[in-house]
Amino acid sequence: MKSLVILGAGTAGTMMANHLNKKLNRKEWDITIIDERKEHHYQPGYLFLPFDIYKPTDIIKNIKDFIPSDVELIQERIEKINAKENSILLDAGEIIKYDLLIIATGAKIAPEEIEGMSGSEWQKSVFDFYTFEGALALRNKLREWEGGNLVVHICEMPIKCPVAPLEFAFLADSFFEHKKMREKVKITYVTPLSGAFTKPKCTEALEYLLEDKGIILESDFAIAEVNNEEKTIVDYGGKSIPFDLLVTVPTNKGDELMERSGLGDELNYVPTEKATLQSKAFENIFVIGDATNVPASKAGSVAHFEAEILTENILHYIKQEPLAASFDGHANCFIETGHQKALLIDFNYTHEPVSGLFPFPGIGPLQLLKESVFNHWGKLAFRWIYWNMLLKGIPIPFVGSHMKTAGKNF
Amino acid sequence: MDKLIAGKTIQVNEEGFMTNFSEWNKEIGEALAGESQIVLTPKHWELINYIQTEVKNESPLSIRKIGKSGVVDIKEFYALFPNAPLKTATKIAGVPKPASCI
Repeated sequence: MKSLVILGAGTAGTMMANHLNKKLNRKEWDITIIDERKEHHYQPGYLFLPFDIYKPTDIIKNIKDFIPSDVELIQERIEKINAKENSILLDAGEIIKYDLLIIATGAKIAPEEIEGMSGSEWQKSVFDFYTFEGALALRNKLREWEGGNLVVHICEMPIKCPVAPLEFAFLADSFFEHKKMREKVKITYVTPLSGAFTKPKCTEALEYLLEDKGIILESDFAIAEVNNEEKTIVDYGGKSIPFDLLVTVPTNKGDELMERSGLGDELNYVPTEKATLQSKAFENIFVIGDATNVPASKAGSVAHFEAEILTENILHYIKQEPLAASFDGHANCFIETGHQKALLIDFNYTHEPVSGLFPFPGIGPLQLLKESVFNHWGKLAFRWIYWNMLLKGIPIPFVGSHMKTAGKNF
Repeated sequence: MDKLIAGKTIQVNEEGFMTNFSEWNKEIGEALAGESQIVLTPKHWELINYIQTEVKNESPLSIRKIGKSGVVDIKEFYALFPNAPLKTATKIAGVPKPASCI
């Protein structure tokens, strides 16, 4: 028997376990998936938790429930990947050999990268919403917060779901208006990039959103430190922004396992061929989802499209054929804009998001790059699709892994 | 759109960033720096080369990453390219500005 091992049972790893369970010849291949966690979190739900739109039970399920029974799930911490020996060392000392390895260990926040960020104000007036604990603590804070300077902030790129902080700012505007206290809250959006929008068509189509919602923009802000005493964030150029409530997206990094194993770059992402998803260092290691360094968005939809491509390439690899399936960087994301509306964007490595109709050219029913109530329903419906179709590797009708250009206004 | 600079016509976007790196040369780099009132020193050039290599490798740029590049620290980076250093430096290097997905 040969052995295929998947590291990480998050969105990408779970999808791969389900795809490969169906596609691999199980008389020849054993499949093992390793993840020390007990819970699977629907991460897009972290955006809704702070505003009391979702409850914790909406976004947490048992990790086991999504792993096929023919796939062995090992719930232990991984100490090291010994890539040269084709083996995994578990914390307890057990060694697991593999013929083929899939790394799906994701990305997570690293607030310790910024001076003062995890200091005395952490989870008092400085919050993240990229972890369950952070989003829950922020929910509790928002329930009783009486207003002041709300600063929504990105430390540095790349981050998971690059639009989430912007969505947070839009939902905050909506939330405080609903609570009849919008006039007590000043919302400032702070980004290291040159604007809230950086692509020409998006800027043109969406610039009105910040102005309409009264959100102040601070761009080109490269954070040097959080000053806990003065409650300010300070940039390297000396600029300082005061906050009463800071909602920040800390630096994102790949898993420390990559550092321990010598497989990561300076942010612990694994150097990966962007089309085939094969690791650059070892031909029997493939990488998927947030763990890669490919220049695609770090998002569940990207992992979903990658999973279909990677499944094909793994089958090619096993048959010693060229890795013919090619990932194009496809991402497809709903963006909440508040007041029960949302946008939809669809793009890839080479095509920026544009307006148009999706998934059927000329018909829709979803409108790209335009606010609509229908898109908001789409975003809410997606949670069901995630738990019931996406994780199980059931194809979503009419949404293919390659981006389509038809029906779009380039 | 077309832009005439250093005796050559180049393609730029609305913000003046070059859209075709193959049109870039050192004279154009110097002229673009001049537009931001910057005179390029050997240290500037070393950093421009670093930025161009990173972009070629499709590795995302950030100010902190440049601080760890071994070429300059962040304070020196701000001294070389005042105000919005990453935006200015990428523009002079003829590469796209760091962007998000929208």
